Amino acid sequence: MQTATTDAGAPVLQARGIGKVFGQHRALDGVDFEARAGEVHALLGENGAGKSTLIKILTGAYQPDEGEVLLNGAPVAFRDPLQAQAQGIGTVYQEVNLLPNRSVAENLFLGHQPTRFGLIRKSVIEARAREVLATYGLEIDVRAELGSYSVAIQQIVAIARAVELSGKVLVLDEPTASLDRNEVQRMFDVVERLKKRGLAIIFITHFLDQVFALSDRVTILRNGRKVGTERLQDVTATDVVRMMLGKDLAFEHHPTGINEGPTGPVRVEFNGLGKAGRVAPFSLKLHEGEVVGVAGLLGSGRTEMARLMFGVDLPDSGQVSVDGKPTTIRNPAQAVAAGFGFCPEDRKLDGIFGDLSVRENIIIALQAKLGWFRALNRDEQDEIAGQYAEALDIRAANHDMPVKLLSGGNQQKVILARWLAIDPSFLILDEPTRGIDVGAHAEIVRTINRLREDGLALLVISSELDEVVAYSNRIVVMRDRELVAELSGEDIAPAVIVKAIAENNTGAA
Amino acid sequence: MKLRNLSFALRPQYAALVAVLLINWLLFPGFFNITWQDGRLFGSVIDVLNRGAPVAILAVGMTAVIATKGVDLSVGAVMAIAGAVAATMVTAGFPALLAVAAALAIGLACGLWNGVLVTLLDMQPIIATLVLMVAGRGLAQLVTEGSIVTFADPVLIFIGTGSFLGLPTPVVIALALAVLATLAVRRTALGLMIEAVGVNRSAARFAGISSRVLLIVVYAFAGFCAAVAGLIVAGDIRGADANNAGLWLELDAILAVVIGGTSLLGGRFSIPMSVLGAMIIQAMNTGILISGFSPEFNLVVKSAVIILILVLQSPMAARMVARKPAAPEPAAARRTAR
Amino acid sequence: MNRSLRPLAATATIFLLAYAAATFQYPGMLSTRVLGNFLTDNAFLGIAAVGMTFVIISGGIDLSVGAVIGFTTVLIAVLVMWAGLHPLVAFAVALGVSAAFGAAMGAAIHYLKVPSFIVTLAGMFLARGGASVLSPDSIGIKHEFYTAVSKSYLLMPGGGRLSVVGLIMVAVFLAAILLAHRTRFGSYVYALGGNETSAALMGVPVARTTIQIYMLSSVLAGLAGIVFSLYTSAGYSLSALGVELDAIAAVVIGGTLLTGGYGFVAGTFIGVMLQGLVQTYIVFDGSLSSWWTKIVIGALLFMFIVLQRLIFTASAPNRKVLWKA
Repeated sequence: MQTATTDAGAPVLQARGIGKVFGQHRALDGVDFEARAGEVHALLGENGAGKSTLIKILTGAYQPDEGEVLLNGAPVAFRDPLQAQAQGIGTVYQEVNLLPNRSVAENLFLGHQPTRFGLIRKSVIEARAREVLATYGLEIDVRAELGSYSVAIQQIVAIARAVELSGKVLVLDEPTASLDRNEVQRMFDVVERLKKRGLAIIFITHFLDQVFALSDRVTILRNGRKVGTERLQDVTATDVVRMMLGKDLAFEHHPTGINEGPTGPVRVEFNGLGKAGRVAPFSLKLHEGEVVGVAGLLGSGRTEMARLMFGVDLPDSGQVSVDGKPTTIRNPAQAVAAGFGFCPEDRKLDGIFGDLSVRENIIIALQAKLGWFRALNRDEQDEIAGQYAEALDIRAANHDMPVKLLSGGNQQKVILARWLAIDPSFLILDEPTRGIDVGAHAEIVRTINRLREDGLALLVISSELDEVVAYSNRIVVMRDRELVAELSGEDIAPAVIVKAIAENNTGAA
Repeated sequence: MKLRNLSFALRPQYAALVAVLLINWLLFPGFFNITWQDGRLFGSVIDVLNRGAPVAILAVGMTAVIATKGVDLSVGAVMAIAGAVAATMVTAGFPALLAVAAALAIGLACGLWNGVLVTLLDMQPIIATLVLMVAGRGLAQLVTEGSIVTFADPVLIFIGTGSFLGLPTPVVIALALAVLATLAVRRTALGLMIEAVGVNRSAARFAGISSRVLLIVVYAFAGFCAAVAGLIVAGDIRGADANNAGLWLELDAILAVVIGGTSLLGGRFSIPMSVLGAMIIQAMNTGILISGFSPEFNLVVKSAVIILILVLQSPMAARMVARKPAAPEPAAARRTAR
Repeated sequence: MNRSLRPLAATATIFLLAYAAATFQYPGMLSTRVLGNFLTDNAFLGIAAVGMTFVIISGGIDLSVGAVIGFTTVLIAVLVMWAGLHPLVAFAVALGVSAAFGAAMGAAIHYLKVPSFIVTLAGMFLARGGASVLSPDSIGIKHEFYTAVSKSYLLMPGGGRLSVVGLIMVAVFLAAILLAHRTRFGSYVYALGGNETSAALMGVPVARTTIQIYMLSSVLAGLAGIVFSLYTSAGYSLSALGVELDAIAAVVIGGTLLTGGYGFVAGTFIGVMLQGLVQTYIVFDGSLSSWWTKIVIGALLFMFIVLQRLIFTASAPNRKVLWKA
């Protein structure tokens, strides 16, 4: 899959055989990567594919366990991002890592301000800031607070700082995630300019059309390994999606025969639910004993859709009805009362209570539903925890140990157990199998199938295409914060899904 | 269950209390002597319990606040307000019980105010409670009109210096409050909810816990406890001193909670252990007094205790401990993944 | 207007209106004599509040300043009266001790990763306890240097006297304004208060800056102690009780965001003056009692915290957009 030399310059930054292990989890395995002067090299992969680990190694935030990083052909070992920056590698993050409370000029020169008699020469800094930003086509009041400008301008200031201080390699980590179309175009102009100045630019994004619009080459990672490096003129969006989502999906058909239409009565119905800037209004019915899979790339609005359904975010339009009755869901507590459950994508942040025991983590939602005064006593807690720990095969030395000591897969099962304990009628699973080992993975897929048989309505969001295909009765496809397709029957096939995800992207390139 | 009780008895706090008491005994051989006189117990140990009661009561309320990842800096000022209200009312001729009820209600109201600032205005707890810490003593002085209001009301004096079943009233009140509060959090789901919110507020929201009401209740309870402590202190000196009642006791209460093992970062808490922490502090105070140092020397000892606890709890210490036995973390992981 | 200037403008307006109202009622308040007393009486508070301003801008808090003032007065009294040192030597020793004290607190905050309030709380206990261990009783200071200083002043037009301590406070404010707005150290302080992670990524020496900030606060508290000692000619372990709260209130009323990142040293000056105004008004009035000071300051503190919340949450989405669809 390796491409021969392109018309771009010599490799500036190279990674050879990079491996990185966290505990028992292998984040990167033998990954090669190179960025050449005067090229934009896109790095693609779903969450957990290893791109952020690779970037952290290239920019000095992590040290590799295996392999080496070379800068201009010479091996380097960066202690921290500051050292990498001093040697020429600047990084711009998705969340602008500047100081919104300080002026634009100060953000450009913090730590490098010219001084005279120990006093900062403000006028010199401001003049130089104007000068530098002019080369990026930005003419703004450099004395104003950075935070008073739009994210796009802040991003360009961040790029300017990175380039001024480093100047060889520019790493752009999801820089366009919160920008609108015009702002993205503006950012692209800046990147084109820098490319002409001979910088090597590494571009991380999950917007396929932007990859095609801006990049010369693309490297795709999946599950910690490199799938390939391609010249973008040689591939189509469908090829790229296929590489990202794995396997050769060409004409694989729905295997299990569960794809016949919904059978049971409607359990929940969302009608025109939406929130400006998050998800365009969508309508969706889920039936008893049905699994609806949600496919779409990262940032397509899948998680946002789930958050609206569960009342985590407040929708600004639409109605919800449960078992045919209109229901108000304005916060998660109301969702739980209505019999909903939600296993969130970010287990650590939104899911587990690290210091609390396995037992408490399992009974907490049920207890919240019962209220303060109908406390489950110790025996009841032990019984519930034991029952679901056994049903889901949760492996813990005992149920009184803090849940943070469990492996990721077992933590995920604990959260699943938490929701099963409230006997839900509708369960949302956001990336239930991400970052967990193979055994736990299979266990969770088995559980999804069992819950369907028990008559639950399930909504499962996953980046694992073959997995979604295996257990879904229907599949909805999200793209650009919109529900763009609903697939059932014969259409539940990886090739169709990939096509639906990639559709408009090819044209935009 | 039995195993849990055993580990409970082996906590370092017990060792600390025993050590402090032993040092006191060495300094003053009669330390453990207890006599029965006029229908009540007397002795240095009883005195430790009695003097430690106000901080213990504050610590009961503070424990729940700290468990939610908050802190209440205003309890000392609230004590002054409650004492001022009760004293002023009895001297104005109101029945004592009404005065006590009013003082408690004022404490509850102060706590509600803090809770509302923390939840509805979403202020950081330290900032929200700072407002009342600054203004509270002024309000107390407003009530007493700047003077120390003395009284001879038997009910208030009983609260501060009386005895019940042979024990000083403050000890009985502290004990009752600690037991009731412990039952209230452990026999209902309140304790678990508080810990859940303190450990991970976002996850608590996802699990369907409404943290707002919970936080308001917790701060209101802290205010109520402060009012109780304020009544005791006022009854003890038979007067309300708006300037000095409860001065710095918020800090002692926080210290008691921290010594009791509740982390300032929220989460797991134990009301009995906080009360024990208050007793450790008071035993140190008493020890310093009987050894002839000035009472202010206490402050030096307290600061040393804080520094010691901070060092022991710091990530640095954790790393140093972790380095000695060969890599305990993978071992723990292996155990769980078995 | 720059949104961080808004609370400052509000403070300045409130101060001018309050001063105008007060002079309308008591014309005597509009004189350089009253102004001179303002500066003299609030000198120690002002100096301590300057240090507190840096601490709060960096996102921390320092509860130890009142105790450091108390400790310094005792230390100076002991050195001058018992050890027979010249006051200037005693001052140098006191500043050295407070610098080391602040540096230790800063190091503890950074390296032990504990909230500043708990570390400076331990510092407060230590300084108060240390002071009373040195001398539990108040020590009067009799020295010709003290007499000379208390007799020197600059005569202002209108008969007002600008005392030495008042002058020191004004000088500290001027130097601090330069330090905050025109030095790299100043920019690092704001950077830490804005976002510590970003600051570290941008190359701000976080450990060194944190230590320097608390060192500065303690040194200024030490200087405030010297001023307090000159002002009262005594050393007492319980002097300046609760000054940390007055200093915090002055900083916040002066427009500094309690959560860090925004603020002005000059604003703190107005905050201190506003507190002085309340006190002076109460003295002039005669019928109002002194506790109203605390209540009014508490109310102002609350008002400004709410005001800041409104300004800093409401104006966030109000961004300048240069290009639109």
